[in-house]
Amino acid sequence: MNIFYFARIRENIGISSEEINLPSGVKTVSDLIRFLEDKGDNYSAAFAESDLIRVAVNNDYVGLDYKITDKDEIAIFPPMTGG
Amino acid sequence: MRISVQAEDFDIGEEISKIRHGRTDLGAIATFTGLVRDIHGDHVIRKMTLEHFPAMAEKELLKIAEQSMKRWPLEDLTIIHRYGPLYPGDNIVLVITTSHHREAAFKAAQFIMDWLKTDAPFWKKEETDMGEHWVAAKEDDTKKRDRWT
Repeated sequence: MNIFYFARIRENIGISSEEINLPSGVKTVSDLIRFLEDKGDNYSAAFAESDLIRVAVNNDYVGLDYKITDKDEIAIFPPMTGG
Repeated sequence: MRISVQAEDFDIGEEISKIRHGRTDLGAIATFTGLVRDIHGDHVIRKMTLEHFPAMAEKELLKIAEQSMKRWPLEDLTIIHRYGPLYPGDNIVLVITTSHHREAAFKAAQFIMDWLKTDAPFWKKEETDMGEHWVAAKEDDTKKRDRWT
């Protein structure tokens, strides 16, 4: 599975994308975030405030309870500040 | 309809000419231009970098544009959003709406801006005299968007 990070979350983690093998227990976006948080302090800092996390799966915004599979492309980013 | 996500600057006059292209049936053209300010609270802003999500940015702007077309009798519209490094006085975003009457043009332009602030995948980073930081999303912007629902 490919994961892309943007803005503050990209900077916290220190990379803009990565490929992971989806662990069997990870069924939803929030499971994935919990899994990623365990990868290190940079990840737990990035996801410390759940209010400040937004997610897209295959280029559509989704909620944290959205179900994911290994074929999905995930993007994780903070609330948008366009305009 | 013209939707563009681009690093390059835009010319407001040229964009108005493009959307008119000789039409004489339009009664109203509303435009909104968002600019980089050099002051934010107590800070002096030197630079603003706009990060975007290329795979989604145009698609999300198109969705907002289509919603506005459904809601008001617009003839046409343009949305241009820039990304990359920008400096005080630079253009960030342009919305042009055309209609037979002013009300639709004004309201649709505001609707597009209110949705774009919170729902288009762009993120602003400011470089100030006190260091650099990501601009926090404002609760107030979400409220402004939700007024339309």
